[in-house]
Amino acid sequence: MMNACPEKVIRMMDDYLDGEISPSEEKELKDSLQNCSDCRKIYQELTKTIAYVQSASHVQAPPDFVQKTMAGLPKESQRVGVKRFMRHHPLMIAAALFVLLMSAAMMSSFSDDQQFAFTKQENLVVEGETVVVPAGQTVVGDITIRNGDLRVDGELEGDVTIVNGQYMASSGVINGEIEEIDQVFEWLWYTIKGTFQDAVSFFGGNDQSIDE
Amino acid sequence: MDALVNKRIKRVMKGDQDAFAEIVELYQHQLFQICYRMLGNRHEAEDIAQEAFTRAYVNIHTFDQNRKFSTWLYRIATNLCIDRIRKKKPDYHLDAEVRGTEGLNMYSKIANDEELPEEELMRMEVQERVQYEISRLPDKYRAAIVLKYIEELPLAEISEILDLPLGTVKTRIHRGREALRKQLSNL
Ligand SMILES: [Zn+2]
Repeated sequence: MMNACPEKVIRMMDDYLDGEISPSEEKELKDSLQNCSDCRKIYQELTKTIAYVQSASHVQAPPDFVQKTMAGLPKESQRVGVKRFMRHHPLMIAAALFVLLMSAAMMSSFSDDQQFAFTKQENLVVEGETVVVPAGQTVVGDITIRNGDLRVDGELEGDVTIVNGQYMASSGVINGEIEEIDQVFEWLWYTIKGTFQDAVSFFGGNDQSIDE
Repeated sequence: MDALVNKRIKRVMKGDQDAFAEIVELYQHQLFQICYRMLGNRHEAEDIAQEAFTRAYVNIHTFDQNRKFSTWLYRIATNLCIDRIRKKKPDYHLDAEVRGTEGLNMYSKIANDEELPEEELMRMEVQERVQYEISRLPDKYRAAIVLKYIEELPLAEISEILDLPLGTVKTRIHRGREALRKQLSNL
């Protein structure tokens, strides 16, 4: 019976096959293999199995893979679009900034926004000032976080905006855009953009115009 | 190579799509191979490998440049493969190919549900049979075995890709190896 072989021999085989066996145990293993034909059989089958798996021929991606993958990428990120908008319309930005900076209401609303806040979505968990998408959970919907961080261990279906915080490298999956807004300037810009978009939609336009 | 890759990643982070094309060029075959061995079918492998690159692109600024890019990329891909395997319906492959051409679809379709009859197994080519047996492994053993024996990655890297302690990775490789040994004992 194969099952009669001692656990220890099996363990030593595993260590040996992992390349992590001590010289003394290696000798012990060799003795066991010499003395028991069942142990020997298991060992031979294991090495044969490894050889078979390793001999699986290497497959190649199809010839048009790169081109197809590139064609499937989302368009340039919003941030790049915004940067381009700023480059193309410097006067308008300057004017808008001037008006905003002159606005006392604006500045006070900036300081009002120093508190930790986030969009409440089902399954979100908060650890201190970090918003967490827990492992094994899926959160559906866009999330905005102010003055806090985001960690995704599970799956997030939505866009993320983080103001004065950061997305912490994590093992989960985000199906959406991430935008981090760190500096006051960017925060101002974000607000301008929001205001501008509001204005555009008020006049019946659409958001596309801002990103060209 | 890592320095070259990091240079490209910095360009991608600045919005340079051409730099990303070079990354895809560089890793396409390995990534496709992982997906193919995990899923046992070219169509799905292509689909998932593409999805993995897309996610890497979209989330590129979350990549920590002190780490190895391939580890991060393979992690995205193996997670997607495991997801796909778990969500897979038994009759997913309506596009079964004719056996002998590309054809492992027919087998991977059945793989998760039932064993093929002995005589069918005996007619298979060795390569085909090995892939069939890999795709019968539970997904968690499958990932470990593919990374260890087909990608030939060190255990420490596998542990990072799968986000598992080293001990767990070893256990999975041992169990996967033992399961394959039994499945292939009549070969
Ligand atoms: Zn024995």
